[in-house]
Amino acid sequence: MTSETGEPIVSLRAVGKTFANGVAALHGLDLAVQPGEFLSLLGPSGCGKSTALKLIAGLAAPSAGTIAWPGGVAPGRSDIGFVFQEPTLMAWATVFGNVRLPLTLTGVPDDKAAPAVMQALDRVGLAEFTHVYPRALSGGMRMRVSLARALVTQPKLLLMDEPFAALDEITRFKLNDDLLAAWQALGKTVVFVTHSVFESVYLSNRIVVMTPRPGRVFAEIPIEAPYPRDPSFRTSAEYAHFCRLTSDALARAMGEVAA
Amino acid sequence: MSERNGERRERALRILLPGVMLALTIVAWDLVVRLNQIPPFVLPGPGLVMSTLIADWTVLSQSLAVTLLTTFEGLALAVIGGVGLAVLFNQSRVLEYALYPYAVILQVTPIVAIAPLLLIYLPQPAAVLACAWIVAFFPVLANTTLGLNSVDHNLVSLFELYGASRWQVLRHLKLPAALPHVLGGIRIAGGLSLIGAVVAEIAAGTAGAGSGLAYRIVESGYRLNIPRLFAALLLLSVSGIVIFFLLSLVSHLALRHWHESAVARDT
Repeated sequence: MTSETGEPIVSLRAVGKTFANGVAALHGLDLAVQPGEFLSLLGPSGCGKSTALKLIAGLAAPSAGTIAWPGGVAPGRSDIGFVFQEPTLMAWATVFGNVRLPLTLTGVPDDKAAPAVMQALDRVGLAEFTHVYPRALSGGMRMRVSLARALVTQPKLLLMDEPFAALDEITRFKLNDDLLAAWQALGKTVVFVTHSVFESVYLSNRIVVMTPRPGRVFAEIPIEAPYPRDPSFRTSAEYAHFCRLTSDALARAMGEVAA
Repeated sequence: MSERNGERRERALRILLPGVMLALTIVAWDLVVRLNQIPPFVLPGPGLVMSTLIADWTVLSQSLAVTLLTTFEGLALAVIGGVGLAVLFNQSRVLEYALYPYAVILQVTPIVAIAPLLLIYLPQPAAVLACAWIVAFFPVLANTTLGLNSVDHNLVSLFELYGASRWQVLRHLKLPAALPHVLGGIRIAGGLSLIGAVVAEIAAGTAGAGSGLAYRIVESGYRLNIPRLFAALLLLSVSGIVIFFLLSLVSHLALRHWHESAVARDT
């Protein structure tokens, strides 16, 4: 980690992305991700927040602007973990095989991989399901496998693209708490894309509200509530205050299109 | 309780019904032959076909072995060639654009029309094998191509994120994802390989060579030995059915843990 230097892990300057079909997803996006923070990108569907995440992961190249990594974290290989909106598991591999994948691809030998996989599965509460195939798991459990797979390489930066959007509320709340616990225990940096005001307030210490397409930063809202946060936070006045603040910002961001 | 009884009755029906139907067909066939006093050189009864099968077993079993060997060799080459070409095409656009048209041409030109040519150019066993291969390889190629291309895009992204090599993407992602399609292609190719072998044997048989089952059929036809023709035909049908079931079994065993096609639906 590079928190001592005060440098951001990754900084995006005037980043734009226009697709081959002419759709401009991002325009003039400035964003710096600080080490150790839990940052949420919040915006309406199609505002380019997923695109921003793919650009950071190096899965797509920006059409304008620069992405710099002053903190010494390199994109690619095992410094970055990615969790997609769907669990995106290999149906033909067991839970163990799925979580083992990043280690297989980066050439980690068996004697080092097996304990790492077990540790990651233990963290998401699936240690007893190593030999089960994904089809036998519930949606929430599949998402846990996906999370374990992203954590198994001990990445410095965890990118999450609306990972819990398809889950029911009870499962989502549980996974929110587990994610927070993992984030605190491991001291990772998380960039979390969501369209839920409530989810972003509950999880983050900073929310970046984006405008509709082409997306750029509309507002930044620090959520200055202490961690660890637990379900009682959801009913607190503080939480309600931040939710209102964030909702207002989002509403104003939505008005930006007309302007 | 009644639900379980219903399930048991359903299963009994599924096994019993085809058996009863088969028995009825054989009885009807026998009755038609007996009551109309049809001579055996027009339509032999089932009993005569069976006794001919036993009496001529030495000749027929040797021919069966020849045809089955060609079929399995053709199928094996079709699997190697089909999967191999599909992987090559998947890795290289240039190769795909250059060679795919020829694969299509081989597929759409009727094998009966190609067989005589092959019999001129190649020694007879090789020509028969080539025919079996030509008919059988296309479904493997087409299905494998489809399978290799129907990989989850996000999984491809994930592999890219971890810097996977081409070989790793193929080995850990594309080939396993394509497996159900490949097995489906092989199941079709099994039956087609038999057809290809038979067609080529018939083409060769009229030229006076060969000893496969199809040759026996042609030969028996010329000699008006219709019971033996029926016996050979019966062996061919049974071979086709057995090949299909064997390949279905292989497919089921390979996919039973994860693919929807091989897993029972929860009810």
